[in-house]
Amino acid sequence: MTYSRQADFGTPEAHSDKAVTLTVDGRPVTVPAGTTVMRAAAEIGTAIPKLCATDSLKQFGSCRLCLVEIDGARGTPASCTTPVAEGMVVHTQTPRLQKLRKGVMELYISDHPLDCLTCAANGDCELQDQAGAVGLRDVRYGKEGATHLGQAKDQSNPYFDFDPSKCIVCSRCVRACDEVQGTLALTIEGRGFGSKVSAGLASDDFLGSECVSCGACVQACPTATLSEKSLIEIGTPERAVVTTCAYCGVGCTFRAEMRGEQLVRMVPWKDGKANRGHSCVKGRFAWGYATHKERITRPMIRASIDQPWREVSWDEAFAHAASELKRIQAKYGRRSVGGITSSRCTNEETFLVQKLIRAGFGNNNVDTCARVCHSPTGYGLKTTFGTSAGTQDFDSVMQADVILVIGANPTDGHPVFASRMKRRLRPKNGQPGARLIVVDPRRTDLVRSPHIEAAHHLPLRPGTNVAVLTAMAHTIVTEGLADEAFVRERCDWDEYQEWAEFVSRPENSPETLAAVTLVDPAELRGAARLYATGGNAAIYYGLGVTEHSQGSSTVMAIANLAMATGNIGRPGVGVNPLRGQNNVQGACDMGSFPHELSGYRHVSDPDARALFEADWGVAIDPEPGLRIPNMLDAAVDGAFKALYVQGEDILQSDPNTSHVAAGLAAMECVIVQDLFLNETANYAHIFLPGSTFLEKDGTFTNAERRIQPVRKVMEPLNGHADWEVTQLLARALGLDWNYRHPSEVMDEIARLTPSFAGVSFARLDELGSIQWPANDKAPDGTPVMHIDGFVRGKGKFVVTDYVPTDEKTGPRYPLLLTTGRILSHYNVGAQTRRTANTAWHPEDRLEIHPVDAEDRGLKDGDWVRLASRAGETSLRALVTDRVAPGVVYTTFHHPQTQANVVTTDYSDWATNCPEYKVTAVQVSPSNGPSHWQEDYEALSERARRIETAEAAE
Amino acid sequence: MNSQERLVYMANQIARNVATQPEPQAIVAVADHIKAFWDPRMKAMILAAPEGLTPVARAAVERLRTVQ
Ligand code: SF4
Ligand code: SF4
Ligand code: SF4
Ligand code: FES
Repeated sequence: MTYSRQADFGTPEAHSDKAVTLTVDGRPVTVPAGTTVMRAAAEIGTAIPKLCATDSLKQFGSCRLCLVEIDGARGTPASCTTPVAEGMVVHTQTPRLQKLRKGVMELYISDHPLDCLTCAANGDCELQDQAGAVGLRDVRYGKEGATHLGQAKDQSNPYFDFDPSKCIVCSRCVRACDEVQGTLALTIEGRGFGSKVSAGLASDDFLGSECVSCGACVQACPTATLSEKSLIEIGTPERAVVTTCAYCGVGCTFRAEMRGEQLVRMVPWKDGKANRGHSCVKGRFAWGYATHKERITRPMIRASIDQPWREVSWDEAFAHAASELKRIQAKYGRRSVGGITSSRCTNEETFLVQKLIRAGFGNNNVDTCARVCHSPTGYGLKTTFGTSAGTQDFDSVMQADVILVIGANPTDGHPVFASRMKRRLRPKNGQPGARLIVVDPRRTDLVRSPHIEAAHHLPLRPGTNVAVLTAMAHTIVTEGLADEAFVRERCDWDEYQEWAEFVSRPENSPETLAAVTLVDPAELRGAARLYATGGNAAIYYGLGVTEHSQGSSTVMAIANLAMATGNIGRPGVGVNPLRGQNNVQGACDMGSFPHELSGYRHVSDPDARALFEADWGVAIDPEPGLRIPNMLDAAVDGAFKALYVQGEDILQSDPNTSHVAAGLAAMECVIVQDLFLNETANYAHIFLPGSTFLEKDGTFTNAERRIQPVRKVMEPLNGHADWEVTQLLARALGLDWNYRHPSEVMDEIARLTPSFAGVSFARLDELGSIQWPANDKAPDGTPVMHIDGFVRGKGKFVVTDYVPTDEKTGPRYPLLLTTGRILSHYNVGAQTRRTANTAWHPEDRLEIHPVDAEDRGLKDGDWVRLASRAGETSLRALVTDRVAPGVVYTTFHHPQTQANVVTTDYSDWATNCPEYKVTAVQVSPSNGPSHWQEDYEALSERARRIETAEAAE
Repeated sequence: MNSQERLVYMANQIARNVATQPEPQAIVAVADHIKAFWDPRMKAMILAAPEGLTPVARAAVERLRTVQ
């Protein structure tokens, strides 16, 4: 395969039912009305020369290179701004046009360095291409006089350079930052000859500016002015493979552009239905961890965790692991072992791990990291709607009139989707944008950003989501705003009436509940009215909803609200969980929970079990297994002794670190499979090196249920893809597994899971991606769910009573800590910390309101001690009024901070999802790291020692 | 909290969250929840030592004993 850029049609696709036929250079073409002449020509393969146009941006019409002649029209109109008309006759190449274009090109080139041979973009430069296309052979002027050459480069961004000497001021970058990303970091400064691109103030460089390093401007730049540093270093790619980002639940698809086995750059794929050609700093640039020097590529074992690691062969590692697991099961019983699947690995890998546990270990002790993030989504949406997944595709947001964001910070957590949402929130072509309601203790970026202002921000006290949603429901029901016709037709009417009676009680009014929620009742009523009556209303929520003692109740309260207002079952509405890790949805779908087989069928269901038993030839335990926190409790009790963890770092990501540490320390065999010696590996006895998403085939499923291919572009550094490692472990345990390729695993999944019946690698190659359910009824998948009826039949209203958390503030712990994440880092940061993304977030900081800071004599940047009933840590303060008085906020990306040392083990009543979002704490001045941090530092140094191997394989 | 105490806490927490239902339904809801989501050892532990349970949770555990 040779390399070529993705086709550029010059201007965005037009949507219209009306078709228009015209001829371009004598060839007929039919396109939707509203299409530009440039795009119509491109559709039949005619590339009209252009510089300022690209199909990700609105047409601009500044470079005058794309001139055409149209029969009967005067002059030479710009094809990028001229819409097609029926019967139009267009000529793209005439002597007159040629002359005009040459003149334009000459002006550009006269002010452009002619170092094409040594330029990073050589062969990948539109200016160069266009000079060729217009037949430019000679440049008459510019040899003396003022030019823009020789200006200093801005190399502050760790991933791309800005070389102003090469800029042709086409403003594609400025428009990309505005239209695609929505950050508006760039401007064109000055006018005429003096105009140039600038990242804010004259003194600003890219790193110091508002720029979030999404790469949209780099993508849009037709010259080498904005170029990836990796491209400058390595050279142009020679092939491209489409694959899926392994970071977050948006699931952006990229072209991995390769030179040999070296990755040159990741370029967002324009045909990707989740990202539509956009990306964020993580997926676009932060892949350097894949070849980081700390990556472990050989298996290691040790007898106890105070010994150094010893490198061994794969065979020895598997034989040892198998004998340990067998020994432990013989001694402590069949249920004394278990495993954890990864929300970062592929569906196929996850499926195999849970199969290994159910079929090989003979119990259901399998859980996944989704336990600590979205398990309440599974419980809540399954109970109310009948299926554990979001109801819409991402495109749906473009048809929303009201957007309610609760407990989510999409600009940081789901940046590419946030850009899409912002596009809908901003006014467009004179039409107002969608209206926005934000329910969040913090004033997130979305509340106020360029051209966007939330209609309502409800800064609730952490832990009172249910009370706020009940008060909204109270307003809707008592003011007669419910859509009773919808409810009568689609939901259980009796259950609705019980619910309506409950929410209508005076004790559930916004005025009464304000005492606990601290939300202004008038503002809350306004938000409820807007949600119920503002047209299509869509709810987007995140971990600020689920990670509470009432996480499941909150999810059900959200579902109640959507059903009561008829906002379900069509584009533009719905209930949409924003998932954290790339494959959280997939991990849940694949049967990673201890009570469920793939496709959300309870293990006590004899029919479901029979299906698996027939296929796998073993009996499946009808009793649910242990969830992660239960495993740790059982370990401390001495009843749970061995754990196989694939691609998760529970020590850092799970709450109450010292309890997790105690549980792990009580086990006799902990097997960790990962890229790096993560924190959990400090307690491990067997380390199996993992592979990155670049090194394997498989699929991920994003937050909109979209199954997308992951494609191998290089050989695994560790020798095996993760699914192979699991298979080899299974074989060592005596299971006769013979998968030759992940596609065979997918075939098994499809065979055993009704909602995946129509999924196969061949279908995915054909369609690009598929949203489940995909089966005979919906062969191409299902973008919007519950259209004609709920999956469970009638929608179920569940009364959700506000039950305050037992984690209460008091004199010793007067503040509420809530946790979150930021854009440039991902989860526990194991990958992003091993990239240049550290330029943006070198440490976790504690956000604290100025009043609380002053009470404690704290200044911005001071070291503070953060203490809860569970433990204490220290970090530096960031004084800001983004958080309300009484609330503090931090992230958990860095192991030095160990924010989870302070989080407690309170959890959601239905799923045991930990209550990360509420911890009572005290903050006080400190001089540096806490005892725990120092002890832990020493321990991990000891635990990470690797003995130099004498005997090689 | 040790494991036993935590199980009692969890059962009571489930009961509190279904408390708006009439008592007989609430008891069934708690019992069904424990049956569906707790592993056999957890069930055995709470059956063996139901001290500290609130009335609804206690009745739910008794119900589990009879239906199991
Ligand atoms: S990288 Fe993204 S945010 Fe930064 S200037 Fe370019 S388009 Fe704007
Ligand atoms: S930096 Fe690139 S995209 Fe921006 S104005 Fe200059 S040439 Fe155009
Ligand atoms: S991290 Fe998320 S938003 Fe960013 S590129 Fe990857 S999938 Fe897209
Ligand atoms: S491409 Fe049409 S004016 Fe620049």
